[in-house]
Amino acid sequence: MVLKIQKDHQRFRQIVKGRIREDLRKFLTRGELLGKEGKHLISIPVRGIDIPTFRYGDNDDGGVGSGDAQAGDAVDANAEGIGPGGTEPGRHILEVEVSLEELADILGEELRLPRIQPKGRKQITSEKDRYSGIRQSGPESLRHFKRTFRRALRRQIMTGTYDPNHPRVVFERRDKMYRSWKTVLQPQSNAVIVYMMDVSGSMGDEQKELVRLEAFWIDAWLRRNYHGIESRYIVHDVRAAEVDRDTFFHLREDGGTKISSAFRCARELLDSHYAPGEWNVYLFHFSDGDNSSDSDSRECCRILREELLPAVNLFGYCQVASAYGSGNFITVLHDQLPNLENMTTTRVNNKDDIYDSLKAFFAQGR
Amino acid sequence: MRSIIAEFPEELVAHRERIAAFARDEGLDFFPVLFELVDFDQINQIAAYGGFPQRYPHWRFGMEYERLKKSHRYGLSRIYEMVINNDPCYAYLLADNAMVDHKTVMAHVYGHCDFFKNNIWFRHTNRKMMDEMANHATRVRRHIERRGFETVERFVDTCLSLEHLIDPHSVFMRREAPARRSDEDESDIEHQVVRYPAKRYMDRFINPPANIRAERERLTERREREKHKHPAKPLRDVLLFLLKHAPLEDWEADLLAMIREEAYYFAPQGQTKIMNEGWATYWHSTIMTRYALRDDELVTYCDHHSGTLASGPGQLNPYKIGLELWRDIEFRWNTGRYGKEYDECEDIARRRTWGGTRDLPEHIIGKESPGREKIFEVRKIYNDVTFIDEFLTPEFVEEHNLYHYRYDPATGRMVVVDRDFDKIKRQLLFALTNHGQPYIYVVDGNYANRGELYLAHKPTGMDLQIKYATETLKRLHTIWRRPVHLQARIRDEMVRFSFDGEQLQQQTISDDLPKPAHQV
Repeated sequence: MVLKIQKDHQRFRQIVKGRIREDLRKFLTRGELLGKEGKHLISIPVRGIDIPTFRYGDNDDGGVGSGDAQAGDAVDANAEGIGPGGTEPGRHILEVEVSLEELADILGEELRLPRIQPKGRKQITSEKDRYSGIRQSGPESLRHFKRTFRRALRRQIMTGTYDPNHPRVVFERRDKMYRSWKTVLQPQSNAVIVYMMDVSGSMGDEQKELVRLEAFWIDAWLRRNYHGIESRYIVHDVRAAEVDRDTFFHLREDGGTKISSAFRCARELLDSHYAPGEWNVYLFHFSDGDNSSDSDSRECCRILREELLPAVNLFGYCQVASAYGSGNFITVLHDQLPNLENMTTTRVNNKDDIYDSLKAFFAQGR
Repeated sequence: MRSIIAEFPEELVAHRERIAAFARDEGLDFFPVLFELVDFDQINQIAAYGGFPQRYPHWRFGMEYERLKKSHRYGLSRIYEMVINNDPCYAYLLADNAMVDHKTVMAHVYGHCDFFKNNIWFRHTNRKMMDEMANHATRVRRHIERRGFETVERFVDTCLSLEHLIDPHSVFMRREAPARRSDEDESDIEHQVVRYPAKRYMDRFINPPANIRAERERLTERREREKHKHPAKPLRDVLLFLLKHAPLEDWEADLLAMIREEAYYFAPQGQTKIMNEGWATYWHSTIMTRYALRDDELVTYCDHHSGTLASGPGQLNPYKIGLELWRDIEFRWNTGRYGKEYDECEDIARRRTWGGTRDLPEHIIGKESPGREKIFEVRKIYNDVTFIDEFLTPEFVEEHNLYHYRYDPATGRMVVVDRDFDKIKRQLLFALTNHGQPYIYVVDGNYANRGELYLAHKPTGMDLQIKYATETLKRLHTIWRRPVHLQARIRDEMVRFSFDGEQLQQQTISDDLPKPAHQV
């Protein structure tokens, strides 16, 4: 049966795609379909159109919550709950947690990303456990709470030890049920992601936040496509060095920019640890594009063309907008290295651009 | 959409009858309820349409549908049930739910229906809205045939920008005095002149004739002045003012009136969210645990029931706080914890055990208890604002660990501030008042004697969001077709935004600018 709402839905899709009603484009939002990964709320891009109304600005007046928090504790509030909620009554909504893998799938589906085809190299198989059944013994961490509870309750009622006034259910060994698993063999290919970031004086906190978000999603997507992926991090200003993940996102330097230093550092890393025949290599470079000299930019292009690009699946250059500098490195790349299929460049000016950037990087399924 | 995907199974019919009987026996009083079994796509469509099987064509329903469908497919959330305020009530059950879920939902739905029927704020809603919505859909389709899809759609967009600008209280009173004959004017003014009671011989000293004369002149003069004011008083129902005075074509007026009607229909649901959800939850919990639950369904029931009551950090779940407030009221009235004597008692230990503790004997908590009587009375005459104002107590806030949080500029995050009762209550009331929307009034329909429209935001301590306000103003201009103005306080400065069809202006209000007829 065709639903009536399909027409409204198609009309909405067309507006979003910009085919009709150009006037509504400026009200497009990246709506939030919130998912929870562990304790963190992560929003998934779903487009919406925000009809303008008279409304209050940012609610820095806060709100009311409940729980065991102390004064000063942060609440990850998207400030929903009570207050200007929906007007529809009785719409029971149940929220569920999402794993990182599922998040990546959702992202992939939203952005219509193709699955990555690992390069044709010798395939190693690895073992993976899939939880598929139930049994009566196992480690406590795999205990199936609901089933165990039901068995304990049933036993207590049958033996008459259950007291409705003090509804305490105590598990015994024979009540316990555990999840069990099967081991399946999966082909595996090795992959490494090398993140490079410009930490020169012109990269501020705002730019870093964009890089952090972009890197989170790159990580999520690639991890979904490869098992046993490795991540390496390189920072540079005029010199480059490999650092750990934490330093990568928090280091703050001053001074100039020499992008070639990072590329050399990446090449050394690949040469010593990751032979191109064995590994799927992903290189990402984040910068505000304000390289110190033209000669260095030319050197960068040489290294890329001759040494890096032949060895990698994908080189992604992501230029974040900055208040300083010319930001012309992206143009240099376009001029010097046109039409290379394993190099993609994107510009990210704000959070909304991140999704377009991801789409550009992974659209070819490399 | 009458296509029921499966015959309503006999088992469900039996459960429905039993649950309805339990509900009636407990004192619930509801319209007849028609349940329908629907599948996921159907319930998502119905939910996107605001609970109705039919709405006029508009992309925003498609947007909502996409959001719901994705949210469901990705397993982020799912809709359990929908019910609409209508006589008879329509309610939808999700076909692949378990039987215990169906039973819970049905009990929940009877709670909602009782609330719809008896709560005074729903008194003036159209109980044949199901038909009315279908009529609206037909009317809009007819306009589309004549005027073209995009023309109509654009106009609906414009109306939707303004749909919150109604006056939900106006249905309960007469805001505008009926047109007056001139000879009534005189006696009306005589009534308004203040005279203090006095013995006759003292009258000219207590009510000196000169003062009376001056007062009478002042009132007459004000009446004269107001005759030239348009509107006579600041008006909250901006949509009504536009309907009466904007140069609308017939089809435009028809659309605007339709959207206004729908806004008035939905308004009470926004005004009673906490009470309504809490009430329905109270009843599904009471009916299920006392009568309808089979032993083997217990664990699943508990699992789902606690799921609907869960609230994350920084969130307050309306189901949870509503349910707990209802139970608290019932308990307080069962134990006599109200009135002057209780309120003035400062002995904490005595207050805690006043009239007994939580384990009250069966005959006190049953259906004829004073607590039950009280909650039925409360469900009749309160809305969320008065409900929280009256029944949120410091003990309740403490017991349920409520806290107040706000934006901390130092860390850029929302942080917990404290558990101060007054602040928590004020915050809740602010969020609930006018459904969290700003108060906007028409203060002059003939501004500066140039036929321009002047709106004013009543300052409440929070600023309007400028970008959206100016975009809304532009849309308002397409209806009024003369320059439009909005006065608002932005960062402690009174500002006038103006749009004349081409240019948007923002000016600080000073004495040079013409004054509107009224201030709010």
